[in-house]
Amino acid sequence: MSRALLTGNGAAAWGARLAQVDYIPAFPITPQTEIIENLAKWIDTDEMDSRLVTLESEHSMITAAGAAAATGVRVFSATSSQGLLYGMEMLYTVAGWRAPFVLVNVSRGLAAPITLESDHNDILAARDCGFLQIHCTTCQEVLDSTLIAYRLAEHHSVRLPVIVNLDGFYLSFTREPVELPDAEAAAKFVGNYDAENVQFRASAPTSQAVAVLGGTPYSYFRYEIHLAAQQGLKVYDEVATEFAQQFGRKHEAVEAYRCDDADYVFVMLGSFASKAKAAVDQLRDAGWSIGLVRPRLLRPFPAERFYQLLKSKKGAAVIDQNISMGKGGVLHSELASVLYGKPDAPPVLTSFIGGLGGRDISQEELFEMAKVTRDAYEKSETPAPRLLFTQDEMREVHKLQAVAHVERQELEKDHE
Amino acid sequence: MYRIRFHGRGGQGMKTASRILGSALFQQGYEVQDAPRYGAERRGAPIFAYVRAAKVLINERGIIRHPDLVIVADDTLVPIPAAGVLAGMDQHSVLFINSSTSADEWRSRLNLTGPVLTLPLTADIEDRAVPYVGAACAGAAACLLGVIPQQSLAKAIEDELSEHGAEVVRKNQQKAAQAFEAIAKHTGIVSEAEDISAHDYVDPGWLDLPFEQASISAPTIHAGLTSVEVKTGLWRTLRPVIDYERCNKCWWVCSSFCPDGAINVSNDGQPEIDYDHCKGCMVCVAQCPPHAIETIPEQQALQREEQT
Repeated sequence: MSRALLTGNGAAAWGARLAQVDYIPAFPITPQTEIIENLAKWIDTDEMDSRLVTLESEHSMITAAGAAAATGVRVFSATSSQGLLYGMEMLYTVAGWRAPFVLVNVSRGLAAPITLESDHNDILAARDCGFLQIHCTTCQEVLDSTLIAYRLAEHHSVRLPVIVNLDGFYLSFTREPVELPDAEAAAKFVGNYDAENVQFRASAPTSQAVAVLGGTPYSYFRYEIHLAAQQGLKVYDEVATEFAQQFGRKHEAVEAYRCDDADYVFVMLGSFASKAKAAVDQLRDAGWSIGLVRPRLLRPFPAERFYQLLKSKKGAAVIDQNISMGKGGVLHSELASVLYGKPDAPPVLTSFIGGLGGRDISQEELFEMAKVTRDAYEKSETPAPRLLFTQDEMREVHKLQAVAHVERQELEKDHE
Repeated sequence: MYRIRFHGRGGQGMKTASRILGSALFQQGYEVQDAPRYGAERRGAPIFAYVRAAKVLINERGIIRHPDLVIVADDTLVPIPAAGVLAGMDQHSVLFINSSTSADEWRSRLNLTGPVLTLPLTADIEDRAVPYVGAACAGAAACLLGVIPQQSLAKAIEDELSEHGAEVVRKNQQKAAQAFEAIAKHTGIVSEAEDISAHDYVDPGWLDLPFEQASISAPTIHAGLTSVEVKTGLWRTLRPVIDYERCNKCWWVCSSFCPDGAINVSNDGQPEIDYDHCKGCMVCVAQCPPHAIETIPEQQALQREEQT
């Protein structure tokens, strides 16, 4: 095992390399492209024995990934944002084929207006499709999760594709020290893919995309996907435990940081959660009793784990780096559904929307969110959800609006 | 924790600079985080890259708000607000500028009281967007931190640039070593700032985002291309200059090929370059039939303008 500086994209590529994937359908998109570039380079220099094919779109790419996985080979692919959404039809379809593979998504905000920087609306749009989801906070987790994801996807009681999610820029282009597992140890951990009856072959007709009418078989097949996803909780724990035994790093389904004696907790997903960790340390230095609860596994949703971790807390500040238009933070809603009506559920669940389109979340803002949550508990009154947006930012927007206004007037003058 | 920001233009190697420094610190036993930050990739546009280094695990992420050291590869960026060179600097932050203008001059221009250092790293190089600026900046940063020996710096350059061949490595090592030595009397001038206290911090100043009608809040631009108010000419590292004695006033070739419509033609058929918006892509230089458009390093053009 060696320790090297790797970007999140580099770590994802190493994950695929160490998992000894057979087939990589690819299509470029910022900020993911570097993953495919790394793999292409290794295949070119014979450091990797795999086949990479560039497809004409993400829709075709995901179809190719599912079709290849249905032949029983190990498949890897990667995309981001608009690409993930362009392939959305096929995400639902290939999950229904029960053909396991691993797809890395590098989170990036969705158009319009278009951006390159990260938020989680892309990955959450794929929340209900049947892919399991692992969300990463560090580059190390990206690599480890890719290996774990193959075990999870290919497990006989799961057999569903898995998305490993990392944030654009904050992980994709950020180098951090990453332990590179020894190739042999990694290969041994991931093991050979036992495709069982997943063995689509030329001249041996198999139909994956069966049509079912009347609702009964449809209900059966779809609910079986849900049940298989739920099996993923137990399988994930087993696989993560085995990973920890072999490599010394435990990646819990829900990470709990300094939570045991905490009155308050932050709840959030993704790379910004490490900022919350730093804030927890600083708040504890200032006398607070606070921690962080951070789901790595979002699908299946570790409901019972959440309940156990949040039980008897005074309040939780839920920070969503996403927004469901007309509703609010997705994680906040999901958490509320887990806690509703349960004994000793925290009386206060504050909701913050922050980090949209890669907008930074400052340490001061994390301190302030803790304070708002404590005040809410003390006054027994939960405040309305809040967008993290400052007066300075509003001034910046007003400046842009003023420019737009002037230009529009000039344009109208030209037309007269 | 050390927090270092590199500011430069796309093409000047700021990402490479951050990686060289990151690698050197990693070799010295530091936990490291290094990253570039840019928009849609484009040569000449302001970009920055940053490095964090600490003896413990780093949980902080993203842009550096309160830098200990700011390295500026291109002094024309300092006065551009959008480049954010001075953002979050305080009394303890060290500002290093690649410039032939004196530190005192910069200190008074910028009204700074903290340490300012300058060094003309690239005086012998005409185009600012050539290699070595990045390596030289990394060399200066390594010296100012005072925790990186020269051998580590050389090794880091080899690690980061070896795929470009031995000659490139050697030249970059040489440039970095020159910068390192030139600034040696300031070795270790950079100090690590205290973390922000959760006791006593500046209120973020949130507001409730007001509802605005779609006529205002829809992201519509009522004009073609980029706003004229955005001076994209600031991205230029090379400047096309029309030699009107050779220009045969064909009136359309350069202006048609300009991808940004930054060449206007006057009523008498004379092309005029709009330097507020010319990004310096040099397509016009390649297209001009009588070769009447010359290429001049932007730095030189600015110096000429200052003199006249």
